[in-house]
Amino acid sequence: MDIFLQQLINGLVLGSVYALVALGYTMVYGILELINFAHGEITMMGAMVSLAVIGALALAAPGLPGVLVLGAGLAVAIPVCMALGLLIERVAYRPLRHAPRLAPLITAIGVSIILQNIAMLIWGKQYIPFPAILPQGRHEILGASISDTQIAILVLAVLIMMTLILVVQKTRLGRAMRATAQSRQVASLMGVDVNRVIASTFVIGSALAAVAGVMVSAYYGLAHYYMGFLLGLKAFSAAVLGGIGNLGGAMLGGLLLGLIESFGAGYIGDLTGGFLGSHYQDVFAFFVLIAVLVFRPSGLLGARVVERA
Amino acid sequence: MSSVLKSRWFTFGLLALGLALLPFLVDAGLGRSWVRLLDLALLYVMLALGLNIVVGYAGLLDLGYVAFYALGAYVYAWLASPHFGLHLPFWAILPLGAALAGLFGVLLGAPTLRLRGDYLAIVTLGFGEIIRIFMNNLNAPVNLTNGPQGINLIDPVRLGSFSLSQPHELFGYTFTGVHLTYYLFLLLTLAVIFISMRLEDSRIGRAWVAIREDETAAAATGINTRNLKLLAFAMGATFGGLAGGLFASFQGFISPESFNLMESIMILCMIVLGGMGHIPGVIFGALLLTLLPEALRYTGDWQRNLFGQIYVDPADLRMLLFGMALVAVMLYRPAGMFPSTRRRREFADAKG
Repeated sequence: MDIFLQQLINGLVLGSVYALVALGYTMVYGILELINFAHGEITMMGAMVSLAVIGALALAAPGLPGVLVLGAGLAVAIPVCMALGLLIERVAYRPLRHAPRLAPLITAIGVSIILQNIAMLIWGKQYIPFPAILPQGRHEILGASISDTQIAILVLAVLIMMTLILVVQKTRLGRAMRATAQSRQVASLMGVDVNRVIASTFVIGSALAAVAGVMVSAYYGLAHYYMGFLLGLKAFSAAVLGGIGNLGGAMLGGLLLGLIESFGAGYIGDLTGGFLGSHYQDVFAFFVLIAVLVFRPSGLLGARVVERA
Repeated sequence: MSSVLKSRWFTFGLLALGLALLPFLVDAGLGRSWVRLLDLALLYVMLALGLNIVVGYAGLLDLGYVAFYALGAYVYAWLASPHFGLHLPFWAILPLGAALAGLFGVLLGAPTLRLRGDYLAIVTLGFGEIIRIFMNNLNAPVNLTNGPQGINLIDPVRLGSFSLSQPHELFGYTFTGVHLTYYLFLLLTLAVIFISMRLEDSRIGRAWVAIREDETAAAATGINTRNLKLLAFAMGATFGGLAGGLFASFQGFISPESFNLMESIMILCMIVLGGMGHIPGVIFGALLLTLLPEALRYTGDWQRNLFGQIYVDPADLRMLLFGMALVAVMLYRPAGMFPSTRRRREFADAKG
């Protein structure tokens, strides 16, 4: 089996999931300059809700084709997450829009603790396995293997990202979003309903998070009430790596982070002569992140930001 | 004038007496475990005041603060436990750990000088995670940290034959380990408070505030922003290292588990919740966030009194309530519970 190609495939799949979550961070940040710490937890909620639906359906109607069951899971998880995103924005962020910068950060942390514990109370502390409903086929390409799930994740992620770019670049809402990101005040003077635009940003980001959550749980085969934390952290790092506030940056950062992680895990042992094992893959990712930011303080594609007090 | 002075001394005396008697009152009223908690709360006051220098005074959002806490703890554990067979006295290790943490503060601060705001936050967060991962994995090829199992049997603070872990008889009263630890921690906490207060209105403190408000303007008025930012990192890290050493001696056991990102975030929450850059606020925030989760353990009793049975395990419920409390406090007091007058003014300006 070709290790290089294999790590490339794994990295791209993982990276495209990171990219989807990172888009949610970066869209909110672009408009509000707020780190939506609860975004990782929305991803977790997406995974948990869809798993609950899938589990229930698999019991109730065992004969249904897997793709249909998965679709039903997504069809429930996406609206739930959208509603969550809307609720969080309304309750925890909107009242603090003119507060000191760190205040919404603390409410964001509070919300993510709340969501984690709600999930724990509903679904318990144990890992929830993803039922084997999807086709388990594997394909050999040039000595590397790729599973049906991986192909589905890649294709779906690319489709979603292309749709998002189209929405942001071509639609009325997208133009309003870009205007709001440039200047909230001027946008509202031009007749943009800024509150609506911000709410839609949260809704779109949460929908992406829900899909990403389902992808992650399908990819790793399990879900857990705490999974949102590390996933959110990595996705946020990816968004910063690409230049936060920049859609293309989030996609690039996500893919890069996924690749760095999988190549790091695959090669770090050989590179250091067995001194560092594959459990250092996260160190590797953070080192690259720090190095990039030290030399390009606003991320790979980010514009220089002006600090506001 | 003399009456003012007298009343001031009187207040001080009352406060000192209250602080001295506190562990006994708590012991009698709430039980021994709460005295222990009181010790931990003092530790968090030190940590919060340390981070307050970096975040509150200098305005550098540091999400990896717990790394310095960890460093202090591991230095103490290496030099005073059977892990390497070393048993140096605490008065030698504590300053060493604090100084080493301070040095690391400069080392980690240096590459981040150009970064601002949230980019700084993510890089410091990265540093914190890197250090935690190393702690978790440096049990091979040389066993430095003993990996996830952590280091055990760390010496308690000991002076000669006087050990803080054993009860002592004094004036007919029994002072147990947690009581004695309380006095040691109180003493050091007071020292940290004193340093923070003196810093606040010093030339350095005012320079930090200038950097926080507008770095470019601060540089233009002749403030050496590079050195002062490094100094803020170093000072904060030193306090963190000190608290870490105390933590190691107090617990007798440390593992990477105690130094995760959530810990950094909690310390940040203490500062922001209490009132950034304002010492009484920060102290209040630290006490509140240490004691509140424990107090919420009583939700089991409330449930029993209200409904006659326990519906939700209190251990599961308390973090949920804790999260709600975080959100509620920030919504009602966005500048913190006790903001400094400066921040209150700023906030009023921003609103108007």
